[in-house]
Amino acid sequence: MWSINYYGNWIMHNIEITDLKRLTQLVKDNHGYDFTNYAMSSFRRRVNRILDLYNFSSVNGLIEKINTRPAFVEEVVNEITVNVTEMFRDPSFWREVRDHIIPNILLNHQSVNVWHAGCSSGEEVFSMAILLREMGIEGKVKLIATDLDNSILDKAKKATIPVKNMELNEKNYIRFQGSETLSKYYKEENGVAVLDPTLIENVSFRKHDLVRGGIFNKFDLVLCRNVMIYFNQNLQNEVLKKLHESLFKYGYLIIGSKESLIWCEIANKFIVVNNEEKIYKKIRD
Amino acid sequence: MKKRSIRRSGIKYCKVVGDLGMSKYKLDNTYRAIVLGGSAGSFQGITKILSSIPDSFELPIIMCLHRLKHVRNGFVEALSIKSTKPVTEPYDKEKLKKGKVYLAPSNYHLCVELGNSFSLSTEEMVNNSRPSIDITLETAAYSYKKRLIGILLSGANKDGALGMKAIKDNGGLTIVQDPNECMIKTMPESALQATTIDHVLKVTEIIEFLIELDKNYK
Ligand SMILES: C[S@@+](CC[C@H](N)C(=O)[O-])C[C@H]1O[C@@H](n2cnc3c(N)ncnc32)[C@H](O)[C@@H]1O
Repeated sequence: MWSINYYGNWIMHNIEITDLKRLTQLVKDNHGYDFTNYAMSSFRRRVNRILDLYNFSSVNGLIEKINTRPAFVEEVVNEITVNVTEMFRDPSFWREVRDHIIPNILLNHQSVNVWHAGCSSGEEVFSMAILLREMGIEGKVKLIATDLDNSILDKAKKATIPVKNMELNEKNYIRFQGSETLSKYYKEENGVAVLDPTLIENVSFRKHDLVRGGIFNKFDLVLCRNVMIYFNQNLQNEVLKKLHESLFKYGYLIIGSKESLIWCEIANKFIVVNNEEKIYKKIRD
Repeated sequence: MKKRSIRRSGIKYCKVVGDLGMSKYKLDNTYRAIVLGGSAGSFQGITKILSSIPDSFELPIIMCLHRLKHVRNGFVEALSIKSTKPVTEPYDKEKLKKGKVYLAPSNYHLCVELGNSFSLSTEEMVNNSRPSIDITLETAAYSYKKRLIGILLSGANKDGALGMKAIKDNGGLTIVQDPNECMIKTMPESALQATTIDHVLKVTEIIEFLIELDKNYK
């Protein structure tokens, strides 16, 4: 297993499946996080990355550190989870949400409940907030955004984005064909783009674990994009059951553009609304 | 019989040129997949390979090519037109199947899982690339060990070199496009520096190799 170290070289760590199992068991038994059914290939890469970042020579070293300093687990969780995200990722998808999905929900409802499951540093939520403002329906839509990772949630609440990411976000916004320029929604301060705070003043950011957490509300629209790709098929089945239960009948579920429900046990409780953009509708309880 | 020695010493991987009718490469049917990496200057080579292999070609071919991040569509179609078999971008958790040609989707890393399926990841770019060839090659090497063949074509950065090393370290077979034939040779040359490469071949020879390999599966 290889990854880049600080000097731009690569370090190899020999990580066996049994090492990963010992690590996940420890974290599960003593620390309340369950990574046992995460997709092995990316989980192994993330563990390798931690060994690199903290200069552990093996998984044993990492395990020892967790045992001597339990609070270290939060850092581990932060590194295990992949937080890479973009505003208006897949612009054609966001056009679809604006032009069809939200208007469709509003045909039958006065207000809309939206859940961003696995919101990371918030870019997806900021995109939704901008979309709603441009549609002029901010007041009708309640956004709830959750993630497993405490430190990334803190970042989301601050709503600041490194300026270097803004070029990509701007490009996506242009492809989304928003009615303004993205720069209208933020100002630059010391190398970060500070989002207009009024955009997210009504967003509720909360910690929620899709693996161990329960159902906490019912929604008209759930976005869970590029989160389940880090789970194995069994865990995807389990989590999909929870997402299904968290939706009102005829509510929408949206997953990442290269994810699919076809291998999931309860796929038949959904219909495909838009296959290209991976928009599904719950049709059975 | 004229022998051209390959960079790697040892008898096992010695290529014999001009030896009609006999096997040029000591090959068998123990391989389970082929991973193919390429970047700048590799498109022609890729299409030549895909248009020349028989449509009954047995081993799955997993391609990771550097591509434009925000052009989600078009590339797979462009490759399919030139190919004897359809090229598809796998969905997350899709099972690998015999005889299929896969392409890493734009803006995702393509990983191979134990148990013959794919996983996608949006993690940080590696070598400035997502998809990164190193990631596809390394995860495939971890899953298939010595039953994997890695092929690296023309390209302008060093992505793929350490993936090839992972393949070699796990006992797999490594092939790079002959740098002299490459539009941009950085990629195969980086691999040659990083690890032992079993065969350095021109695209036409890579095609010969694949056709010969496939005979072992019939
Ligand atoms: C790649 S980000 C996706 C961000 C955004 N939805 C997008 O598509 O750009 C994946 C997020 O899933 C979160 N995540 C991973 N496991 C989780 C779990 N068990 N429960 C909730 N969130 C989880 C990670 O912390 C990370 O922020």
